[in-house]
Amino acid sequence: MSVDAEQVRHVAKLARIAMSDAEVEALVPEFNNILGWVEQLAAVDTEGVEPLTAVIDQKLRLRDDVVTDGNVREKVLANAPDAQHGFFAVPKVIE
Amino acid sequence: MTELTSSTIAELRDGFRAGEFSAREIAEDFNAAIVAGRALNAWTVETPELALAAADVADAARGDDTLKPLSGIPLGIKDLFATEGVDSTAGSNILKGFKPPYESTVSSKLKDAGAGMLGKLNMDEFAMGSSNETSAYGPVISPWQRSDGGNAALTPGGSSGGSAAAVAAGMAPGVTGTDTGGSIRQPAAFVGICGIKPTYGRCSRWGIVAFASSLDQAGPMAKTVRDCAIMLEVMSGFDPRDATSLNVPVPKWEAGLSSDLKGKRVGIPTEYRIDGVPAEIDAMWEQGVEWLRDAGAEPVKISLPHTRHALPTYYIIAPAEASSNLARYDGVRYGLREMGVKSLDDMYAATRAAGFGAEVKRRIMIGTYVLSAGFYDAYFTKAQKVRSLIKRDFTEAFELCDCILTPTAPSAAFGIGEKMSDPLAMYLNDVFAVPASLAGLPAMSVPGGLDGQGLPLGLHLIGREMDEQGVLNAALAIEERAGFTARAERWW
Repeated sequence: MSVDAEQVRHVAKLARIAMSDAEVEALVPEFNNILGWVEQLAAVDTEGVEPLTAVIDQKLRLRDDVVTDGNVREKVLANAPDAQHGFFAVPKVIE
Repeated sequence: MTELTSSTIAELRDGFRAGEFSAREIAEDFNAAIVAGRALNAWTVETPELALAAADVADAARGDDTLKPLSGIPLGIKDLFATEGVDSTAGSNILKGFKPPYESTVSSKLKDAGAGMLGKLNMDEFAMGSSNETSAYGPVISPWQRSDGGNAALTPGGSSGGSAAAVAAGMAPGVTGTDTGGSIRQPAAFVGICGIKPTYGRCSRWGIVAFASSLDQAGPMAKTVRDCAIMLEVMSGFDPRDATSLNVPVPKWEAGLSSDLKGKRVGIPTEYRIDGVPAEIDAMWEQGVEWLRDAGAEPVKISLPHTRHALPTYYIIAPAEASSNLARYDGVRYGLREMGVKSLDDMYAATRAAGFGAEVKRRIMIGTYVLSAGFYDAYFTKAQKVRSLIKRDFTEAFELCDCILTPTAPSAAFGIGEKMSDPLAMYLNDVFAVPASLAGLPAMSVPGGLDGQGLPLGLHLIGREMDEQGVLNAALAIEERAGFTARAERWW
């Protein structure tokens, strides 16, 4: 499989990374180079092999259904580029 | 007395306890070495006041007999760890100015054990790199130079490049690193120090900026095997805040150190002999086999048939997990926000375009692609199946041997700028390190000797799940026989 500029542009949109046409063009060969290399895996026989889900076998723990945090609004907002009235502020979403 | 800055953690600990010097003297000497070593660009933040404060506590504790395991020892912390109130940026512009209101589990365990913090260590952006060149702060320069009389700037490896350089240049007796696909072991090898990545789940990932969560593991880097054991004992342990943390007791690794390998079998994997690797690397490997034989171990040939598929598997799984983990950097809650755009969507895209460097973008893009509709099974599911096979290879091999010896990296340190234009050439650096990461196994690099250009070469030991002791002990046997005492000659 190889990708063209249109597909790279689509992936950039999915990844929410703004890219100029020049950046997209530069990425096309790099992308194809890397994809071409990882595609060698297609040749590995994985018939009947389960995909690995946990690298060290262990059960996922459950914890008690209780509140373990909260009441730290100031701490949560402390690093926000724009915090107003106790909230994260973002550009207007609804016209 | 040797200089404090060239001492090991064990020597500092024991000398401090015996009253030969104070913790404050130790901290002051390392603080001064950091200032003198600024040309290496190893640190992103210097916190001499924190090192001194912990030292004063240690000195007081010595007076009233309340010493802790790391009292008097100042350490460097990789910038990937969240440190309360101290900039933690993962080497990225997108986290510039981020001061966490909390402390990572691993760094807080070190502090609770009495250690002071000298500062934060430079690294590849989000730990994505093998040369420290992707850092938003610029590359770390290795303290090592080739013996050819030139003064070409070499990389200390990556992603824990600042960590490696700090120890090798005597700016910290020990440091934290993290290892996703070799990021502790390759830099340790490049600068002639030790570094261990424990079994996946030994060290809590809580408060460590996530790159590829199924692979990320913290570990120590220091001058000696014993120092690594000392640090790892403190860094390990169950943490309910990490869903994959192992709820098992932490062994007394330092007390368990023994270089007597009688009755142990060391596996030598045929598939790790690959084309294009310098003869010196193979010769060092052969020498390592002989050292382990001398320590009483029996070398056995083993096969890990899926080895050559490990790197491509890694370069599907790690970017996929990264693309998901790095979705959180959206300019809303912390870090950089790019303004001057009209919509929220545009703000996300502009922020991420401005905040991420080229390698991080490349990996997010690859990860997004392999996870996208229509390609998920062909790439991601396939890679997870191959990962199962790689894991199975190790399980079968460990029926024949107790640990595995390989080279750490396929070359000695290379020059800054030599591999940046070719991502695939850079990825190949981790060819020997990645399989153990994919299988979650403990693995360690220990210095073996110098190559013809006077640069350090590392030997790599891989152990069974949870058998850090076996890895440390085999590394100790090599350390005792290699007699590696070479240090970078000071030019900075």
